[in-house]
Amino acid sequence: MTPISQEQTLELIPVDKLLERVQAMHQQGYRLVQISATRLPDKLELTYSFALEGRVAQLRLHLVDDVPCVPSISSIYWCAFLYENEIHDLFNLAVEGMAVDFKGTLYKTAVKYPFGSTKPPVAKAGTATATSAASTPAPVPPPPSATANTR
Amino acid sequence: MPALRDWGMPALVTLPMSRTIIPFGPQHPVLPEPVHLDLVVEDEKVIEARPSIGFVHRGLEKLVEKKDYVEFVYIAERICGICSFIPGPTYCQAIEALMNIPVPPRAHYLRTVWGELSRIHSHLLWLGLMADAVGFESLFMHSWRVREKVLNIIEATTGGRVIFGSCKIGGVRRDIGADAIRQMLADLKKIEQDTRDITRVFLDDSSVKDRLCGVGVLSRQDAYELGCVGPMLRASGVAQDMRQLGYAAFKDLDFEPITRTEGDSYARCAARCQEIFQSIDLIRQALGKIPDGEIAVKVTGNPNGEFMARTEQPRGEVAYCIKANGTKNLQRFRVRTPTFANLPAMLKLLPGCDLADVPVLVLTIDPCISCTER
Repeated sequence: MTPISQEQTLELIPVDKLLERVQAMHQQGYRLVQISATRLPDKLELTYSFALEGRVAQLRLHLVDDVPCVPSISSIYWCAFLYENEIHDLFNLAVEGMAVDFKGTLYKTAVKYPFGSTKPPVAKAGTATATSAASTPAPVPPPPSATANTR
Repeated sequence: MPALRDWGMPALVTLPMSRTIIPFGPQHPVLPEPVHLDLVVEDEKVIEARPSIGFVHRGLEKLVEKKDYVEFVYIAERICGICSFIPGPTYCQAIEALMNIPVPPRAHYLRTVWGELSRIHSHLLWLGLMADAVGFESLFMHSWRVREKVLNIIEATTGGRVIFGSCKIGGVRRDIGADAIRQMLADLKKIEQDTRDITRVFLDDSSVKDRLCGVGVLSRQDAYELGCVGPMLRASGVAQDMRQLGYAAFKDLDFEPITRTEGDSYARCAARCQEIFQSIDLIRQALGKIPDGEIAVKVTGNPNGEFMARTEQPRGEVAYCIKANGTKNLQRFRVRTPTFANLPAMLKLLPGCDLADVPVLVLTIDPCISCTER
């Protein structure tokens, strides 16, 4: 079998060009492979991967604000809503205009926004708030009393 | 507002039908793993499906911050127990591409053989689950009886049945000797015959066909637009298979992606049945051409850069994105699993179906929540 030739490209774009570039990908027949986020010390890096046969084209955003926000691409690629909800729930990134918005309930993690910081996640007692979990460590819950669960 | 009877119409006919929300899962007899659907039904018709996942998210991607890139092979292998071997070499492939590691040809062939054995046992597992979902218990047991024979081959050649631990960066840890190859070929002959017997029932039995034919039709255009992968996509007529990229030994083997045109549940079932025979053929080809030589090379240094490796798991294309900065620990390890890509299509298929067809439709995407919640 003759393998399909492979090629991977990466393009850094500003946030305001995202929808325009994604629309161009869609018109060229690319399919959405994935959206991923990487929390770096000074920024959040967002990568949109598209594929057409052996070609992989990636668009990258660098988000430096404390509470960044990006537009949803689910109006162009409907299936993107799942990736966008995932990134919101794991990285605390607001995505505007998702076709299906789970409002932070896609993942029921013990730690709110577990990938929201480059520091190790710390479990919180009770319900975590949207902004505190990513920036400040939560107080460690007290150990259960000695009399509890003895039977 | 005038009452309906004022218009001369019987009130019972024109009253809006009541809608009921039926919770489906996360623990349900037909669901192999935890996924929840709120099914909005009118009479017996599903009009909306609201999914809920994330009950068992494991955060494996985050572990790259604690495990070095060599140790992480063990974590990658445990992303999915049904794709078994394939996550390991996919991760290794990404690291090897970043570090320009020349993997010995024999290791490529061994990876291909174990990967195709994983595909066979995964598809047989799915066939059993599908038989169970349509109420064909004896067919379910026969499917898993045949799968057991595949697991025995895997155990004999790797020492493991689900997690093999045979892959490492730079090659593989175990070789398969000439005697074991002869035994494997003999066992494959029996497995092929047994599989032919059970797939004949799946594809020809009227009671199975009644439950699958015409159920959950996904057009070629929708399958592509919704980002479907694997048998889900190929059953709708798109000839996309990551093995065409020629990774491992696939560049040396002859095969064409198996496609169907119907796009319904029967087509998805038939595609998986045919892929079992295709995998048996690929293993025979690989064992017939396997070169002698080393099975691994020594790896030194640390990876630096970014790469996305794509391979074909039993459920479809998987993408492993790796970002490294020259240290022992990767900056980012991201997995897009095939089930994650197929979930949007499942949500599109459910509205309009009969309530009794929901288990069939959920199962035809071959959901693996374990790897979805990596």
